Amino acid sequence: MPLLRVNDLRTSFHTRNGVTRAVDGVSFSLERGETLGIVGESGSGKSVTCYSILGLIPQPPGRIEGGVAEFDGIDLLRCAPDRLRDIRGRRISMIFQDPMTSLNPYLRISDQLTEAVRVHEKVAAKEALGRAVAMLEAVGINDAARRIHLYPHEFSGGMRQRVMIAMALITRPELLIADEPTTALDVTVQAQILELIQRLQREIGMAVIFVTHDLGVVSGLCDRVQVMYAGRIVETADTRSIFYSPKHPYTRALQRSIPGLQPKGAELYTIPGLPPDLSKSLPGCPFAPRCESAVASCETRRPELTPIAAGHLHACLRVRDGEI
Amino acid sequence: MPAPLLELRDVKTHFPVHHGFLFKRHLGTVRAVDGVSLSVGSGEVVGLVGESGCGKSTLARTILQLLPTTAGSVILEGRNLTTGTAADVREVRRDLQMVFQDPYASLNPRMTVFDTLAEPLRVHRICPPSEIPERVATLMKRVGLAPRFLRKYPHEFSGGQRQRIAIARALALEPKIIVADEPVSALDVSIQAQILNLLSKLCREMNLALIFIAHDLSVVKHISDRIAVMYLGKIVEIGPAIDVIERPLHPYTRALVSAIPRPDPDVERSRQRLVLPGDPPSPIHPPAGCSFHPRCPFADDRCRATVPGLVAAAGREAACLRLGEI
Repeated sequence: MPLLRVNDLRTSFHTRNGVTRAVDGVSFSLERGETLGIVGESGSGKSVTCYSILGLIPQPPGRIEGGVAEFDGIDLLRCAPDRLRDIRGRRISMIFQDPMTSLNPYLRISDQLTEAVRVHEKVAAKEALGRAVAMLEAVGINDAARRIHLYPHEFSGGMRQRVMIAMALITRPELLIADEPTTALDVTVQAQILELIQRLQREIGMAVIFVTHDLGVVSGLCDRVQVMYAGRIVETADTRSIFYSPKHPYTRALQRSIPGLQPKGAELYTIPGLPPDLSKSLPGCPFAPRCESAVASCETRRPELTPIAAGHLHACLRVRDGEI
Repeated sequence: MPAPLLELRDVKTHFPVHHGFLFKRHLGTVRAVDGVSLSVGSGEVVGLVGESGCGKSTLARTILQLLPTTAGSVILEGRNLTTGTAADVREVRRDLQMVFQDPYASLNPRMTVFDTLAEPLRVHRICPPSEIPERVATLMKRVGLAPRFLRKYPHEFSGGQRQRIAIARALALEPKIIVADEPVSALDVSIQAQILNLLSKLCREMNLALIFIAHDLSVVKHISDRIAVMYLGKIVEIGPAIDVIERPLHPYTRALVSAIPRPDPDVERSRQRLVLPGDPPSPIHPPAGCSFHPRCPFADDRCRATVPGLVAAAGREAACLRLGEI
């Protein structure tokens, strides 16, 4: 049985300007110890997918319209709030993008770090503090016994993100969801954080969902990658297949627009147009208006995820028909 | 070699740090930019990279004289901006324009595209008022914005389109040089590619020089002719873009390059990474000797005592005492 199984998840936001279908029928599963990368541009629904699984979508305006998210046999979308709270923070942890806004500036690091242990495992304050100091050392903060009593503003950006990671891992979760954890950081700090996540993953054996827009980060870290566009998964495969034999035109276009993969000075490939407005209904393929291989039928028929090789699925009618 | 378009000579920008309100105590000085010399030729693209806090944005603002220079000089075509009067600087700014990182913050939300682009033309009396609409239309065409957007407000545009408006505004005065501070960092990959292509095209077509600041090394390598790497207010390595990224000399550049994640799983999993310990030191109390020595895997006693200067090596310049040995 997979650790996490998401089936046909649909999340929308009901606003004055209509209903925005942010996540529109997303299905995937994750084994224990596996690392899954979710890649996509802003507004593709990658973060909303994760927030929905954890019940972190504000309702209203958000609404989970349907689907199943089963974690170790428990349906997270339908279980009682206190049961969900017990899972969240103990068995599933999350790291957010911005370490400045996700730490409470009024509380010392020690209070914020020990809270999860004290709430979920009911241990004494002294023992919790000991574990917090050990965890801070594990994430590479020197002089942790003294520094744990400082406030977030006394830490640099990279150190705050380490504190966030320590906070997420202190309960030794089975699943870590990391939403762009390194986007706000410098490359050198990013390298440190990625190494840290990989090391701790080996030690604890947890599964990781890594949400990012940076294909470079995904290539070294993830076992499997899924590419999202307009609230849907357009392609999913093991990391090597995504990079070396991408099928979906959107995945190919994304790769062609990265400067690092192109000869220097060459004109970069650009995807014409803009992502679709998700409050309008999309009968066909959401990428069709920007796709250079689209034909008339792409605008009207919705492509479903179709296997092309073992574990490699794509949602493109023309690839399915062997036309591109 | 012809005289450079823009020349920086030992430029320093320092900020005093005070504590308290009435009886200010002087706590120290942030040496944000601490002795930078750089020349930019006409039509040349120079990339400026470094971690946050290394002084690259301060340097950009110093070049435009948006911040006062503590020492040294900024010379544009023989005119020294640091000694000029406010009127001189205003005059020179025609030739020297800036594009900022966040196109959501750098455009006035109450001004239409037309107003935004017409304002510099009016202020600097570039052309008679009757010609302004035509000029604005040309500008919009140049950056790839359809004329129907003329009366729209910034909130009606996407990030990429706003950055195009900001670039058009910088081009309005037909400058000789544009300083772009992280112009694509806030944009998605596919939009980033559009803006990079646009900037390259403009530089080619208008013989425009560009100082391109970014923390994404693959972007900088793509667009720049030369790259300067900054650490703690100083340039530690400068040279042709390909050399600096593919065969870095300075240990800091090496670490920076090795930290870029490659979008290629086989390469990414097989290579050795040089992970730097710790964070950059505080620019209020920079370490003695080479400012990089506390994080440098190659540092020895000399590095802790002597401040290295830029020396020529392998077609470029680098500031490291142990260049030949490592």
